Amino acid sequence: MSKRILIVDDEPNIVISLEFLMMREGHTVHVARDGEAGLVAVRNHRPDLVVLDVMMPKLDGFAVLASIRADPDLARTRVLMLTAKGREAEREKGLTLGADAYMPKPFSTRELVDRVKELLAATDD
Amino acid sequence: MIPGALIIAVSFTYLGLLFAIAHWADRRADHGRSVIARPTIYALSLAVYCTAWTFYGSVGRAAENGIGFLPIYLGPTLIALLWGSLLLKMVRVGKAERITSIADFIASRYGKSQLLGGLVTVIAVVGVVPYIALQLKAIAWSFEILRHYPEVRMPEPTALPLWHDSAFIIALLLAAFTILFGTRQLDVSERHEGLVAAIAFESIVKLIAFLALGLFVTWGLLGLDGPELTDASRDPRLTERLAPLLAPSLSPVQDWFAISFLAALAVMLLPRQFQVAVVENSDERQIRRAIWLFPLYLFLINLFVIPIALAGLLTFPDGSVDADTFMLTLPIAFERPWLALLVFIGGLSAATGMVIVETIALSTMVSNDLVLPVLMRFWRRRQPPAELGRLLLAVRRAAIVLVLILGYLYYRLAGEAYALIGIGLISFVAVAQFAPAVIGGLYWRGGTRDGALAGLVAGFLVWVYTLLLPSFAKSGWLPPAFMESGPGGLDWLAPLALFGLTGWNEITHGLFWSLTANVGAFLLVSSWRAPNAIEAAQARLFVDALRYPRRASTALWRGRADIRELMTLAERFLGVARTRDAFVRYARSRDTDSPEALPADAETVGFAETLLSGAIGSASARLMVASVTQEEPLGLDEVLDILDEASQIRAYSHQLEQKSRALEAATAELRAANERLQELDRLKDDFMSSVTHELRTPLASIRAFSEILHDDPRIDLAQRRRFLGILVSETERLSRLVNQVLDLAKIESGHADWRNECLSLQEVIDQAVAVTGQLVKEREIQVRLDLPSEPALVWADRDRLVQVLENLIANAVKFAPPQTGCLEIGLVRLGTAWRVTVADNGPGIPEEALELIFEKFRQSLVGDAKPSGTGLGLPISRQIVEHLGGRIWAENRPEKGANLCFELPAHTPDTQD
Amino acid sequence: MPRSTLFRQRLLTLFLIALLLLFSPLALRPESWEDWLGLPPLFLYLYGVWAGVIALAAWIAIRGRD
Repeated sequence: MSKRILIVDDEPNIVISLEFLMMREGHTVHVARDGEAGLVAVRNHRPDLVVLDVMMPKLDGFAVLASIRADPDLARTRVLMLTAKGREAEREKGLTLGADAYMPKPFSTRELVDRVKELLAATDD
Repeated sequence: MIPGALIIAVSFTYLGLLFAIAHWADRRADHGRSVIARPTIYALSLAVYCTAWTFYGSVGRAAENGIGFLPIYLGPTLIALLWGSLLLKMVRVGKAERITSIADFIASRYGKSQLLGGLVTVIAVVGVVPYIALQLKAIAWSFEILRHYPEVRMPEPTALPLWHDSAFIIALLLAAFTILFGTRQLDVSERHEGLVAAIAFESIVKLIAFLALGLFVTWGLLGLDGPELTDASRDPRLTERLAPLLAPSLSPVQDWFAISFLAALAVMLLPRQFQVAVVENSDERQIRRAIWLFPLYLFLINLFVIPIALAGLLTFPDGSVDADTFMLTLPIAFERPWLALLVFIGGLSAATGMVIVETIALSTMVSNDLVLPVLMRFWRRRQPPAELGRLLLAVRRAAIVLVLILGYLYYRLAGEAYALIGIGLISFVAVAQFAPAVIGGLYWRGGTRDGALAGLVAGFLVWVYTLLLPSFAKSGWLPPAFMESGPGGLDWLAPLALFGLTGWNEITHGLFWSLTANVGAFLLVSSWRAPNAIEAAQARLFVDALRYPRRASTALWRGRADIRELMTLAERFLGVARTRDAFVRYARSRDTDSPEALPADAETVGFAETLLSGAIGSASARLMVASVTQEEPLGLDEVLDILDEASQIRAYSHQLEQKSRALEAATAELRAANERLQELDRLKDDFMSSVTHELRTPLASIRAFSEILHDDPRIDLAQRRRFLGILVSETERLSRLVNQVLDLAKIESGHADWRNECLSLQEVIDQAVAVTGQLVKEREIQVRLDLPSEPALVWADRDRLVQVLENLIANAVKFAPPQTGCLEIGLVRLGTAWRVTVADNGPGIPEEALELIFEKFRQSLVGDAKPSGTGLGLPISRQIVEHLGGRIWAENRPEKGANLCFELPAHTPDTQD
Repeated sequence: MPRSTLFRQRLLTLFLIALLLLFSPLALRPESWEDWLGLPPLFLYLYGVWAGVIALAAWIAIRGRD
């Protein structure tokens, strides 16, 4: 079942890999290269799931997440956060701000695909 | 006509007012709101220096010899500038030791010697009683002159019976008045608040009177609304009389200097000056204002001396009127009765102020330092009366009457004789004899009791011989031949030309020889033996008075004592209530419940002795306390040990203070260091976190693509190729990052290996351009080099410098737009440095980022895209360039694009070994 | 340096200056000066120095307080 997925990350190679993985699963993929663009894309494309990097120019992942959660129209949007920062505090912060899942970089592709499936299944309810 | 009754009524009213002021001030002091605590009052009370001799006599001196009156006030003005040390020391010692008089001060300094105190008292009485006589004469004369208003008449020589002689009546009145002032209360404390307030008031009155007449006369001289004065130029005799005023001269200069010096000493050593300046001082901070206010007073009271003297000489050209009376005869001659009365009151103020304070000071000295020692000798055989306080008060009152009667007798005896008129300065020379003992005692530890005694005796004898006896001879009481030649026809012993010293004014002559004898004897005899225990102890107390503010005096006493006996002794002089009060306060200060519980130690005995000193003087107090305690004599060594211990303790506490200050400083440094460390720690954490992030990012790509390639065999070849390419480039990025982090760490920690050599920047640039050639070609960017032909030599590590240039070029390439991009690499010599500039034609760098880009992991955005790179290239470049003694920076070009520049010092091969 | 020492030092300097102006050959110079408004220049000089010394002493004492 095709879902809309938005990838927000400033690392071009990671975007390529994520895009490949999600398209292989049969989803429609949009890409944004920074936080601001990401937020615009969320409003435009109304994705079911956002794969969100934390460290980005202009607007970081947490700020984007906070904006999404502050908007009632976007309440059903699932957010999966990815970050290269390994600290536990970051993870806590992300989950507190309302991320649905949180994965550290480097991530396992299989695990990522599984988590995406789980989150998308929950959107069907 | 001013009726005598009016003058008497005004005088009495004035004295009554004085007494009311004194009473009011005493009441306020009892309620703890002291008026004399004000520094202005203190400075005004010092003006008791200006007696009738100033008030009437200054004009006389001026009329006679021009500027002769000035040194008497210039000397005090100058010495006042030194009061910050000199007088402060005296006041501090005076308070700590409860000094009651100048005799007490000198006696206390040289081991609390009764003999010394007695000698000082004798000198003071002999020297000062004639001066009191002068004041009595001034009052009597001014009364007589004023009584004959509007007639100007000089008083007849007195041949009246005692009860008609106004001077005698005045003496008795002043005695009564002084007793009321000085011994008003039934206690014999050393301070008299009411008296000081009244004296300050008198100072204001005499100043106002003087200024009033001065202004009146000056207006006349200036042809304004004042008295009409004759023109001096018409009368040649008059011109001659005016010569000292119109063409004054300082010569002979030795008199000018000697009299200033003399007055400078007298202003501190006259018993009345010591009384108001030291004994009555209630707060040593008052001295600060007196330093300028007292001289200002002297200045003001002398402002009109010359005009008044001029006016007097012009008004009474025939010389029939004594110049000393101009102050009074001028307003009479110009028929200004109220002004004359005001001047009379001013003169009365000056005279009574002097007489009262001087008499109190002298009577304290007489009772404490002459009578009491005799009584104590007497009491050894006979039991003393129980109420010693009353006895002491009676003695003091008797002494007051005695001093004034003596003053009167001298006046009666001397009359118009020179012995009275010239006494002012002769008196000054007598008290100047105290100077070596007092000033030497404040600054020199070596003086001994015997030395002080010898000095005083020698100085006093010379004074009697060179000044007092000649003044008797001039009065006709001794054959005039006495002055011409010395005893037995020895001319070199002539009193006015000792050792053939002729041509000097007699005061200068007497001062010189008496002080020479005094100082000589003082030094010689003091050098005879070392100071003994108590002299050494007192010497420290006096000489070091300013070194330790509020020091607790080290108690130099050992023996057995009984607190009750000490209290009983004090009660006999001070009364039960005051003694109890003082002991209770002292007990509280030592954290003891009641006086009876006080330990009978050296400190307590010292306290009792000081308490008694305030009433009976230090020498007598010491003997009194010794009579009720069993003192074991301390040897000089022991005393010095105790003193050394005390100063050691002070030294220790000083060291301790210094150490604790050092400790505080060290703590502060440690805190700062800790903060710096924490900051460094935070920076390190940030760096680690950034490195982690930068390492994980390529790792994430590598892992993702590896897994994709591994898990999915269906991926087509092109895709596979592309993914493998990414894998390769990310791996390269990773290893580059690892290398740079290690590099940076090495350079920062100073462990880097530098292979410096002399190289030419052209070569380095060429090499770097070659290395980055691929990158440049990919982005289709033009590179232009602008290098001078002269080799640009620097001292540097080749590989690292190439690395710097690579970084700069890589950065510029990143910023330059693809296809149209253009890089310019320039090299110029600027003074002693070579500058390399790498310019691009990109969008430029935001102003705020110009400095930031040299920080680790701070990459500037190129447009919206993230620049490729590790974020360490420029920070490493900066480290390298700075290590090589150069600098590196970024700037925006005025047209378009940015410059990345660095400078390195130019290398001249022959300067390097 | 403690303030009280500085205060004493300033006054000592003033003392020495006053000594120089009043008790050195400098003080003899005004005797030969021209009269000014018919007033003897020596008097003007002495009173002038005197007033100046007092003013400076007052300035030192008052200024040192704050």
